[in-house]
Amino acid sequence: MTADFSIVPIGDAALLVAFAERLDAAVNARVVWVAEALRRAAPPGVRDVVPAFHSLAVYFDPLRTDHDRLTALLDVSAQSSRDAAVVAAPTRQVPVCYGGSYGPDLEAMAASTGLSEPEIVARHVAPVYRVFMIGFSPGFAYMGTVDPTIAVPRRPTPRVRVPVGSVGIAGSQTGIYPSETPGGWMLIGRTPVRPFQPMRPDPFLFRPGDAVQFVAIDADAYRRLSPPGGER
Amino acid sequence: MTGGVRVLRPGLLSTVQDLGRWGWQALGVSVAGPMDPRAHRVANALVGNPADAATIEITLVGPELLFEEERTVAVCGADFVVTVGDHLAAHSAAFRVPRGGHLRFGARAHGSRAYLAVEGGIAVEPVFGSRATHLPSRVGGYGGRPLSTGDRLPLGPAFGRARVTRRPPALDLPAGHARLRFVVAHDLDHFRPEALPCLQSDRYTLRTESDRMGYRLGGPPVRTLAMGTMLSQPSPLGAIQVPHDGQPIILMADRQTTGGYPTLGTVITADIGLAGQLSPGDTVAFAACTRQEALAAMIAQERALMAMS
Repeated sequence: MTADFSIVPIGDAALLVAFAERLDAAVNARVVWVAEALRRAAPPGVRDVVPAFHSLAVYFDPLRTDHDRLTALLDVSAQSSRDAAVVAAPTRQVPVCYGGSYGPDLEAMAASTGLSEPEIVARHVAPVYRVFMIGFSPGFAYMGTVDPTIAVPRRPTPRVRVPVGSVGIAGSQTGIYPSETPGGWMLIGRTPVRPFQPMRPDPFLFRPGDAVQFVAIDADAYRRLSPPGGER
Repeated sequence: MTGGVRVLRPGLLSTVQDLGRWGWQALGVSVAGPMDPRAHRVANALVGNPADAATIEITLVGPELLFEEERTVAVCGADFVVTVGDHLAAHSAAFRVPRGGHLRFGARAHGSRAYLAVEGGIAVEPVFGSRATHLPSRVGGYGGRPLSTGDRLPLGPAFGRARVTRRPPALDLPAGHARLRFVVAHDLDHFRPEALPCLQSDRYTLRTESDRMGYRLGGPPVRTLAMGTMLSQPSPLGAIQVPHDGQPIILMADRQTTGGYPTLGTVITADIGLAGQLSPGDTVAFAACTRQEALAAMIAQERALMAMS
């Protein structure tokens, strides 16, 4: 059987396993599967396993790692990941207050898409999204796939500071800013939910493969649900 | 209660660093760690600390520190003039700072980053198993930020272990320029065929926006192919990424876990420390090498570092 993936070195201390380059739950399920298999196997010298959309990196200490054996292990895992099913994870509901000062780009999105603000919101809350990967900053979950009619590109110039909890769209992806960072995503609302809180027993709300659905709430409910001092 | 180190002047950018926050990148947590891991390790070895003890990374302009108790310390990396009170301290050697002693960093000729190791290590609370400061996400180190006047750094228990007397290996420091070897990326689909020769044809200059996250270079533009947006992929230390403007970026210690630019290659592990000693205005030249050559260079460097511990 011909391999439908590649295993290549990136530099002298990492290997990259890559499947077909597309935003696809089935491809991503294989990535998550191989990452889990590798974490369980915990081969000596491996320092980190980093799954992304269609690829994962394995970082290792070259002086403590048998490169060929690690490659073989990845090859077997990637082969058998063909059977990895897209697991139906329990859906986590995330409340969002859309528009106004919480979603400063919603108005511009209405103008560019020709849809009304309530229509955009309705299309954003309709799907159950998959968390494809976590990256960019601690706990930042890249979710998809956004309805094509509201899949607007990033802002031409990123904002210097995006408030924590901001919910944005970038093409077919949507996500929540877990901390105040610079950011270029189109902001449509804000959630009182905190995807990353270092002091929480489990600081991270999301894992790759999770299922998420947004629920529209009004400003009163947003304030009621907000953590104390949560605007930081 | 153990004494600490008080910051009288912080210097330009002084941060607590250990060997980095490995194992959490899957959740978006960056590795961070020292820009010159060689100098960090040698400084620790000189005072008898394990390699992963936290040191202070000192950048371009050094701090003034007050020691609340006597400790053995060592400074490695950039060749700052270091004084204890009125006395000149040796570079790359262990020395004692008395209780109440002032440690001052002065002028510097080569390199941009020095590492101050203190016997017992800097004992800030670990976050996700590491004391390294990641500045962009404000995770780890001293409140996730650079040191500031009035900070008090806790120290680990002093052990008074016999300190290393063997000569530490001489670490290469760039004099305004460094030659960096890199392993060529496997997949160059996003580049024009002349991209690889172009990267190696001339020197690139570190632009002022360069920092612990990455070195933004200026030089002959490396031509990429317009192939639409790429899906983000994991980004290793030393990755040479090329945005649409063709000006390469070398990803350094504070890099994000993933990135969406095409990668032409990755600087070899053995040359990362040398790269970490560069500062804006310095130049780099790139030279492709094989993975086998990269490993040989790493083993040679490791032998030199191991010989003293």
